[in-house]
Amino acid sequence: MPLLAVRDLTIALPVGGRMVTIIDSVSFTLGAREILGIVGESGSGKSMTALALMGLIDAPGARITGSARFKGRELVGLPQRAFRDLRGREIAMIFQDPMTAFTPVYTVGWQIDEQIRAHGRVTRKDARARTIRLLGDMGVPDPARVADRYPHQLSGGLRQRAMIAMALSCNPSLLIADEPTTALDVTVQAQILDLLRRLRREYGSSVLLITHDMGVVAETCDRTMVLYSGIIAERGPTGAVFARPGHPYTAALLDSIPPLHGARPARLPSIPGSPPAPADRPAGCPFTPRCAYAHDACAVRPPLLPRGVQDIACVLPAEGRDLPARCATV
Amino acid sequence: MAMAILRRLGQTLFVLVGISVLVFLVFFATPGADPTARIAGRNASPQTVARVRVEYGFDRPLPVQYIRMMEKLFVTRDLTSYVNRGEKVVPEVFQAAPVTVSLVTGAAVIWVLASVAMGTLAAALRGGWVDRGLMMLGLVGISIPVFWLGQVANLLTQSRYHDSWLFSWVPGLGYVPFMQDPLGWFRALVIPWFTLAVLFIGIYSRVLRADLVAVRGEDFMRTARAKGLSPARVLLFHGLRTSMITFVSLFGLDFAQLVGGGALLTEVVFGLQGVGRLTYQALGNLDLPLIMATVMYSAVFVVIANAVVDMLYLLLDPRVRDGRA
Repeated sequence: MPLLAVRDLTIALPVGGRMVTIIDSVSFTLGAREILGIVGESGSGKSMTALALMGLIDAPGARITGSARFKGRELVGLPQRAFRDLRGREIAMIFQDPMTAFTPVYTVGWQIDEQIRAHGRVTRKDARARTIRLLGDMGVPDPARVADRYPHQLSGGLRQRAMIAMALSCNPSLLIADEPTTALDVTVQAQILDLLRRLRREYGSSVLLITHDMGVVAETCDRTMVLYSGIIAERGPTGAVFARPGHPYTAALLDSIPPLHGARPARLPSIPGSPPAPADRPAGCPFTPRCAYAHDACAVRPPLLPRGVQDIACVLPAEGRDLPARCATV
Repeated sequence: MAMAILRRLGQTLFVLVGISVLVFLVFFATPGADPTARIAGRNASPQTVARVRVEYGFDRPLPVQYIRMMEKLFVTRDLTSYVNRGEKVVPEVFQAAPVTVSLVTGAAVIWVLASVAMGTLAAALRGGWVDRGLMMLGLVGISIPVFWLGQVANLLTQSRYHDSWLFSWVPGLGYVPFMQDPLGWFRALVIPWFTLAVLFIGIYSRVLRADLVAVRGEDFMRTARAKGLSPARVLLFHGLRTSMITFVSLFGLDFAQLVGGGALLTEVVFGLQGVGRLTYQALGNLDLPLIMATVMYSAVFVVIANAVVDMLYLLLDPRVRDGRA
């Protein structure tokens, strides 16, 4: 049994008096100690998916349907009280901006202690000892001193490490990382990704890594799921997705990464246009307006169909017109 | 941190000197008003006028006059009133100060407790009828003029229902010193306290509620919820604690201006001989020395209260402590 099995997760929010679907029938599974990358542009519904799994969508009138079974327990429709027990202990989350994600008026150590003490009868002293050990594990130098610092006194990298330490403080089996490296500079990014990869070895956690950075995915994730405009465009093992992207959107995302080898193009290709707003998504494939391969068949939304080890929501493979394989890995 | 406090004290002193110079210039150095004649009084003999002139240094340049005045105010403390001949001004202010401080402090305790409770409750039950009811009540509190409320309270407790069991404990208008009779002090002040607090309960609870609702959208509040904390803990430990920073700065300003004489209306309605009333009388009689003394008292208080608020800030907000806010 997979750790997390999401089936047909659909989220709709009321906008201007009518329900607008933000996430449309998203399904995926996450095994133990697996790292799954969810990729997509802003507004593709990545973060919404994560918040739904945490039970943190509290927009009035939000409608969440489908199923998300975590360790066999249904999360959709779970009452807040039960969610509170899971949150922080079984499912933990790391947020994008470590600067604003800590309460500014308490020390970092206090905030980690608070989480530990919220989920078990632990004395103040034991909690602090665990906090310091965790911070040390996360590669924080002089953890005892850092624990007594306020968030604004730490660098972005240290803050994100402290954030990860806090997320791991109760040994969660699922860690959701929502763009954990976006707000950091490149060298710190690499260190944080390294840390995330180490987690599954040392803490046995599965990770749901949400990002818009294909490079981050290539480096970290076992499997990749590409979201576009609230639907799955493509999913599969990371290696396969990168070598033989089946959806033009995936291919376009990969094209917009500068190549490491060979001649550099004068101008990086970019995807023309921008994704449609949730309220005016086309009835057919939502990528049609921006797709170089768009044709009549795209007017009907293509189902997610298996193609080799991947699942692709595009008409091209069925028409026998596969996209060219890419030789270079990122 | 010690450096920050020292710097703050230096600024405080500087501001006080500035205010005293300004007040002095406005009341004593305005052309056309001869302070000597006023101090000496009507029909004073030329000898008296000459003595006063020398005593206050009115025959010397302005800076000397200013220093004389400050000396009489702060060092010898023998500045006398224009109106009540021979009445020394400084003791008069010192007599009125405890009344005002008692009145305002008691009201402050009430309004802080009540507004924190109301604001937090309203924010927690946002959108419900409790929220709407409390905020409506707050608006009513803001809209009621304090002198009217005071008069109504007096009408009910002093005359209409004074003989009933409900209000028979209410003493007549006026102040009872705490040292003399603590219970009497409390009984004399409890109704003025609530009367003065009503306006501020309204303002503060509404401000706090708005602040708490705004803070809900912050990232750290989402983190706190993602940690699996109870809604009460998230609201109190993360939301309220952060909102306290604005609350305290607002409180400092209001408290200072009230103690500095802003509680005038309440003092008049309840017959409390406080600083506000004293200032009002001084202004009515153009009693320059008394004006000088009360304005200086109030300036000292406002400036000191501001300094205290700044220190509290240091305690409340670690970001300010590092001088980075």
